[in-house]
Amino acid sequence: MTAAIEARGLVKRYGEITAVDHVDLTVRSGDVYGYLGPNGAGKTTSLRMLLGLIRPDEGSARLFGHDPLVEGARALDGVAGFVEAPRFYPYMSARKNLEFVAALDGGDAAERIDEALDTVDLTKRQHDKVRGYSHGMKQRLGIAGALLRDPKLLLLDEPTTGLDPAGMRDMRALVHRLAEDGLTVLLSSHLMSEVEDLCDRVAIVTRGRVVYEGALDELIATTAGRYDLRTTNDAEAAMIARRAHGIAGVTVSNAGIAFEGDEVAVAHLTLELAQAGIGLRALVPRTATLEELFFRMTEGTPEQNGSQPLVPA
Amino acid sequence: MSAVAVSTRTVYAWEVRKLAAQKRTYIGLGCALLVPLIFIASLLADDGGPEGIPFGDYVRESGLAIPLVGLFFGAFWFFPLVTALVAGDIVATEDGNGTLKTILTRSVDRWQIFLAKVLAALTYAFGALALFVLVGLGLGGVFWGFDPLVSLSGTEISMERSLLLLGGATLAYALPTFAVASIAVLLSTVTRNSAAAVVSTLMLSLIMQLLGIVSALEAIQPYLLPRQFNAWQGLLRDPIDWAPILRAAWVSALYAVPALLWAFIHFLRRDVAGG
Repeated sequence: MTAAIEARGLVKRYGEITAVDHVDLTVRSGDVYGYLGPNGAGKTTSLRMLLGLIRPDEGSARLFGHDPLVEGARALDGVAGFVEAPRFYPYMSARKNLEFVAALDGGDAAERIDEALDTVDLTKRQHDKVRGYSHGMKQRLGIAGALLRDPKLLLLDEPTTGLDPAGMRDMRALVHRLAEDGLTVLLSSHLMSEVEDLCDRVAIVTRGRVVYEGALDELIATTAGRYDLRTTNDAEAAMIARRAHGIAGVTVSNAGIAFEGDEVAVAHLTLELAQAGIGLRALVPRTATLEELFFRMTEGTPEQNGSQPLVPA
Repeated sequence: MSAVAVSTRTVYAWEVRKLAAQKRTYIGLGCALLVPLIFIASLLADDGGPEGIPFGDYVRESGLAIPLVGLFFGAFWFFPLVTALVAGDIVATEDGNGTLKTILTRSVDRWQIFLAKVLAALTYAFGALALFVLVGLGLGGVFWGFDPLVSLSGTEISMERSLLLLGGATLAYALPTFAVASIAVLLSTVTRNSAAAVVSTLMLSLIMQLLGIVSALEAIQPYLLPRQFNAWQGLLRDPIDWAPILRAAWVSALYAVPALLWAFIHFLRRDVAGG
């Protein structure tokens, strides 16, 4: 099956700066894919290359097997979205703007205007000039403009940036709904909670390079095997844990004991503690959050991020 | 969404609608309306009139002379400005608004967008020219009638033939207007800045006018763009002198074609990184 997005070796340089450095991406149909990175990591530049807005210095990008730079507008069939903030003509109403982009889409796009306005809850303000729209309304209008294309793939660049908490909640709910309807979504963001909430696969990018690409669950699972333990006698419990087979990295703090081990070793440890007359107050498996992983990957040295990713890309 | 072919005519129609929704367009058209009105008001206000220019002596004898005098004066800076006002803005404004990325991610190719924009800019420029001539003709006719014109060769031209020649003169005037619009589109595409494109087009036009009065540059003067704005006078001679019209056609093409080609290639290959 043809991937929704397949980018290989994308490079974009601006003078001395390499904004995007040999980026490979594979987004499968049906994915809700997070493209996560700090500001300035090259996310928007990558998206622009995917949409054919800028030419890569090296590499290529295909959307459903079509290269926008080779095939032009035809390569964008079934693809919609926006990079940075969606932009419209301020001197025209929202509806007129949608009529315009629908005309550029052709087919039955114009017939979807009412439905799209309804989906983003802008029906009542459709005749207002875009000049008077808030940032959040423009973001929603951007989604409406994308929906006119009846897309199979939606590329959204930081769709909640600049929105108030209610606007962020509504936007995420909208993306959830669209994903449930079967759309493939590529969501670029620097907000971990957003990606964790919406996405099933992620690429983490820093300084133009992808340092992880794969399933979000698998990424988080790589940090499984750590536990927090609190007992009726932490000092003695820690000594027992240090001696226990298959248990490592035992540390003691005011919060209790932390250690690493597989499930069988942990089960044996609990039996040993019971035999020693030590009661368990809490035994909690601990996985790193996406945020912790993200900072570990993106705040290392360039060498770490580039040649020795913490989790192989 | 299956592959959909969108016609360039559709894109052009929307470019015209976008122009119709912008104040800038009405400033240019308003000036094309206002200048003949001011000229006629000044003629009505006192006995003086334009002297030493083609048809300047006949402005109170036939309304047909009014638009011809207007065309003569309009060549200095008025038509280059009116044309540049929209043609210099038509691509750059999309950069300024960040809307280029909006339209370039739909189902139309870049060449269609560019072609539609050039055609829309020309529609506006020729529309402003037609409005300017028609207002001058209409109001001139109301105040001074449509008596036969006296040609630049001194022969009388009937009203019907005068109207025909006025139409021809307007078309001849459209040739350098096309060249100015093309230069403005180029500057709009390359600079990505509306004000810079409009001002640069006007400056270029004024510089060429200055070059046109430097006697040491006599050899290049027939090939300067402002000179082509007066080619229409060949039609008002008896017999018609086609030489300046033909020269205006190829000299204008010499400016317009490379400018449009450059703009086209730049537009096709450029990165859309802003907005």
